[in-house]
Amino acid sequence: MSATLFRTSTAARSALRAGASSRAAAIASTSFVRGKATLPDLPYDYGALEPSISGKIMELHHKNHHQTYVNGFNAATEQNQAAEAKQDIAAQVALQPLINFHGGGHINHTLFWENLAPSKNGGGGEPTGQLKNVIESSYGDFSSFKTKFNGALAGIQGSGWAWLVKDNETGQVQIRTYANQDPVVGKYTPLLGVDAWEHAYYLQYQNRKAEYFSAIWDVINWKAVEGRLK
Amino acid sequence: MAAQAKYTLPDLPYKHDALEPHISAQIMTLHHTKHHQTYINNLNAALTSLTTAVSKNDIVSQLHLQEAIKFNAGGHVNHSIFWENLIPFSSPNAQPSAAPKLCVALIARFGSVEKFQEKFNAVLLGLKGSGWGWLVQDIESGNLEITTSKDQDIVPVGKKPLLGIDMWEHAYYLQYLNDKGSYAKGIWKVVNWKKVEERFESTLEGVFGTLAGLRNNL
Repeated sequence: MSATLFRTSTAARSALRAGASSRAAAIASTSFVRGKATLPDLPYDYGALEPSISGKIMELHHKNHHQTYVNGFNAATEQNQAAEAKQDIAAQVALQPLINFHGGGHINHTLFWENLAPSKNGGGGEPTGQLKNVIESSYGDFSSFKTKFNGALAGIQGSGWAWLVKDNETGQVQIRTYANQDPVVGKYTPLLGVDAWEHAYYLQYQNRKAEYFSAIWDVINWKAVEGRLK
Repeated sequence: MAAQAKYTLPDLPYKHDALEPHISAQIMTLHHTKHHQTYINNLNAALTSLTTAVSKNDIVSQLHLQEAIKFNAGGHVNHSIFWENLIPFSSPNAQPSAAPKLCVALIARFGSVEKFQEKFNAVLLGLKGSGWGWLVQDIESGNLEITTSKDQDIVPVGKKPLLGIDMWEHAYYLQYLNDKGSYAKGIWKVVNWKKVEERFESTLEGVFGTLAGLRNNL
């Protein structure tokens, strides 16, 4: 699962594995200083997804919201290291919700940016190849899949995400929703994520979230989604 | 069969622009006429489906409907509480001095009204996702507590809501964007302290019973 996650691109890889380079140094010095997670660059300009998603939304979403998750994750992991050093198990357990929330926010947004693309770069259209086959095997045809996915998005009660995931045991794909910033981990591999937090659409669509759910299909990067299937 | 209960959108006790500059008219209009209305529509739809399921003795459908009822009824209840515990800044009731008895209790519990507000705001900013911050009174002990509820959960059994603050992004985003700290600060300028005091002195039935819109048309 992580292999798929980290393979998505250089930007995502460097963002999600910022610790890798300094890990060797930490081992060498035994001082346990870990690298920080960092905000990945977007693979397109802020305005590139218009009119589906406005440039202002993309800029705030990336520069402010995603950055806050990165900061929160770094702060929580730092506290966790201090708790580990003191062998304070209660403190480590107490930090898990923060790590899940901010770490999940970092992972989810990193995957989201990469599974979007401007139409001039191939965004929109329909899935092809193996991805098309697995979607049709679970949902009949692409249009039924889209309807189901939009129904799942609309049904989220509060903040959260809808994902097309692969079940690692059966290899089949399915639509699942996750609350808040819960990441797709464990039994499932994330393929396609759509952010249903209000900050993802409110400046442009306000309460008309169904219009956002309908417009997002014009900027889905199916090549990136297919890449995660492999 | 009895006529189906229908809940309706309560009028705001002030104009949509009356909480400016702390909450913009655009936010208030959308929040009241669109978001709150949607909870009511979906609640009424779910209750209609429930009536049908009950009449058919369809217990499985009744269970499936619980989630939609909880979410949408919660949204209706929470927003009804919220509108009434806000008031224009120019009103004398927007000052803590309009709640003398509550202030005594807040000082006893938190040290000062300012310390209570700081604590409350820290709790608001700690919410992970959509939800509400609440000042509640424990019914058994009478103690004041700051608590949160996720999404549209209402305050739990055993607690009486005194003050509710909506921390869904739709409550502030058009004006404050990702700066929710400024929203949390600004909202204190338009809290109806007199209303919060009334709830403090009232019974649980009194708090909910006086809310416009929670009485259906039966």
